[in-house]
Amino acid sequence: MSDLSMVFEGAAGQGVQTITRMLLPVLKNCGHHVFACTEFMSRIRGGSNTTEIRVTEKPRQAYVRRIDMLFALSPKAHEHLDRRIDADTLVFAESEQCAVPAKGNCIETPVKALALEAGSPVFSNTVVAGMVLGLLAIPPEELDAFLHDRFQEKGEEIVLKNIAAARLGFEWGRKCPAAGSIKLPRIEFGGSAAELLMDGTAALGIGVVAAGCNFISSYPMSPSTGLLTFLAEKSDAFGVVVDQAEDEIAAINAGLGASYAGARAVVTTSGGGFDLMQEGVSLAGMLELPLVIHIGQRPGPATGLPTRTEQGDFNLVLHAGHGEFARVVFAPGTLEELIHLAQRAFAVAHRFHIPVFLLTDQFLLDAETSMEAGAIHRFPLEEAIVETGKEYLPYLFTEDGLSPRGVPGYGAGLVRADSDEHSEAGFITEDFDVRRRMVEKRLARLGPLREQALMPTVTGLIDNARTLVVGWGSNRGVIEEALDLLGDPRVAGLHFSQLFPLNPAVASLLGERKLIVLENNPTGQFAGYLAIETGKNIAGRILKATGEPFSVEEVLEALRKEVGHE
Amino acid sequence: MSDKQTRFDMPPHTDVAWCPGCGNHMLLTAVKEALDDLGIDPRQLVMVSGIGQAAKAPQYINANMFNGLHGRALPAALGIRLSNRNLVVVVESGDGDMYSEGGNHFLHAIRRNFDVTMIIHNNMIYGLTKGQASPTSPIGMRTPVQVKGVIPEPFNPLAVAIALDAPFVARAFAGDIAQTRSVIAEAIRFKGCSIVDVFQPCVIFNKLNTYKWFREHTCSLPEDHNPEDRMAAFALAIQHEPLPLGIFYRNGKRALYEDQAGITETPLYRQPPPGDDEFEKLIDAYR
Repeated sequence: MSDLSMVFEGAAGQGVQTITRMLLPVLKNCGHHVFACTEFMSRIRGGSNTTEIRVTEKPRQAYVRRIDMLFALSPKAHEHLDRRIDADTLVFAESEQCAVPAKGNCIETPVKALALEAGSPVFSNTVVAGMVLGLLAIPPEELDAFLHDRFQEKGEEIVLKNIAAARLGFEWGRKCPAAGSIKLPRIEFGGSAAELLMDGTAALGIGVVAAGCNFISSYPMSPSTGLLTFLAEKSDAFGVVVDQAEDEIAAINAGLGASYAGARAVVTTSGGGFDLMQEGVSLAGMLELPLVIHIGQRPGPATGLPTRTEQGDFNLVLHAGHGEFARVVFAPGTLEELIHLAQRAFAVAHRFHIPVFLLTDQFLLDAETSMEAGAIHRFPLEEAIVETGKEYLPYLFTEDGLSPRGVPGYGAGLVRADSDEHSEAGFITEDFDVRRRMVEKRLARLGPLREQALMPTVTGLIDNARTLVVGWGSNRGVIEEALDLLGDPRVAGLHFSQLFPLNPAVASLLGERKLIVLENNPTGQFAGYLAIETGKNIAGRILKATGEPFSVEEVLEALRKEVGHE
Repeated sequence: MSDKQTRFDMPPHTDVAWCPGCGNHMLLTAVKEALDDLGIDPRQLVMVSGIGQAAKAPQYINANMFNGLHGRALPAALGIRLSNRNLVVVVESGDGDMYSEGGNHFLHAIRRNFDVTMIIHNNMIYGLTKGQASPTSPIGMRTPVQVKGVIPEPFNPLAVAIALDAPFVARAFAGDIAQTRSVIAEAIRFKGCSIVDVFQPCVIFNKLNTYKWFREHTCSLPEDHNPEDRMAAFALAIQHEPLPLGIFYRNGKRALYEDQAGITETPLYRQPPPGDDEFEKLIDAYR
């Protein structure tokens, strides 16, 4: 087996996430590549939530529909997962907890009984983790360190009971007849590829810290809140000023005030909150202030599906804010890209004095993946602030449209920023000639921004390819894996991690190949934009809008249809 | 009007966009003189405003300026203060900007209690949009929009501020430059969120609340009023006839947001990025 898919299902509040937290480091430390993603309901208790853990031979960053092993811990499991359970799925469930499913290979699993044996039903999650280790023949001692760390503040007794619970689970798993049919993937040669384990939010946070970010003002909104929490946790260690704003309007205006005063500022939100920020985006354009705006997308319109995933806000971000000004939109697709593009977002915002967007989504932010530490790079920070002289002009006309950036209180000059059309000194003006020159000034930077725009990443061999599967943001992993499984040298992939502006070389890279654009929204927003920008015809669109991520299986099926493999 | 020169004066040819006779001119004089009295360095002062006629005030003051969006002066002021607490931050804007469009920020700025002085031009009318009701317009005032007269109860900024324990709450009348100047100087000197609501006649659109009307309907605070007495301050804040002027409320005990949030003297623009060791430690947590 090259790939094992385990799903843990439970009601909200049942702590299914804890099982993942126990198993992922153990599997990673054994040298496996792991990937985990979650889907959960917008509620605090009840319902049916799942986490999928994939143990894979090659590094993978995508969701699979198939379930090899399911731990069904709530009565809703079968209803919720029916379409993902097939005859080969091993369903571990307690008949007392969970109705016997119509399909799947159901194995009576005494989670509660073993937890009680260990002392209390609260040890159920630890029992399950132990069972998995038993089934996979991984020594249970691997879990001990984690249990120590996690429960030591509750006292030695609790630690020991958890260890006992894990052992009981392990023994049951080891003896379970199904254990023989479960095989872990081969460990890749070398075995040490997986040094780090983190989710998308942590990668984004690491990138933001690496970029020297020292200010965040935001209002909590799923799935974007993680960045606010991350920076709050690190605020003392890294000198980050953290302010929870009264609303998103306050958040972006505080961010701009901070940027004006010389901070390296970020705001984080989701589509609905970003709707409220739009006037602030326009203000950033007018005042020529650097600001990084992270948008963790979720399905809209309005409140939509608050805890689920979609790529529906590209058009919003592309056009946000009235009036015309320069901006950049990045859409990272891997942990590495999150770390690197967060840094690039700050660098570009501060080099060009513009708002820069980082467009992510729930799937990418919550997914946890193992990665190599060596893949993380820190880029040097560019000095962007000048000491002002007595005659300082904040909006001085220059050849490239960029005026030296002064901040108040640093130098002999005054820094005046006005949301009205303004003179070089920053005062209100209605002089038509100055207006025209200021418009040109603000837009001149689009030239170099285009030239410096990141080219898309190619999967496969583009020279031989007659068809290109185009994706952006969080769909990088699923396209790469589906293309790998398709194994057709005539089909290559192209992943855009910068959506705007596009590098002028993109059109020639696309050439005359058949273009299929895959994105998680109902209308193909990026496809439409790519067609306009490059003048190319988009032959096919693979779209989705259920609130779930694309699965490898559905992408593979769709690609087979598109390239005539059926 | 006072002819005193201040270091906050703009060059004499500066085109001021306010109407002749507007109360804003007197308020501008009072603000510049108060700043001058305090010996503030213009380079260390940021005048922050939103949008409206009042919000143009920073255009006419020789200092740093952040003239942002309608209603959003306070969040910008917060961002500035948290990024560089050495700066003196004064928000000067109108009643529409501060009490209507920016009403939520007004509440939350008081809750935070960061060091900012709000000078609110309260003319009980919208001037720049040509004469509609403001949140402080009296009930029954007829305007091109409120054709049958204003219906909602006027916003009472002082009562709201005192209810939220804003640590410095005052009201002045722009027609009295000397008193306005002294109240504003006190407000800026005060460390914390200070609010000065300034009655300011709009000679074009508000034919009701004129200089004469303000003179007839205002009075000084009682001589024996103790500004540390919150209940007494509140009672005076809800008094309608006449409307008292002066420093209603002072609470020197509220902690400053900057101190509680651990904001240091080092401005963020001078803060070095994290060192490689610290960054390595951050990564190590994910091993």
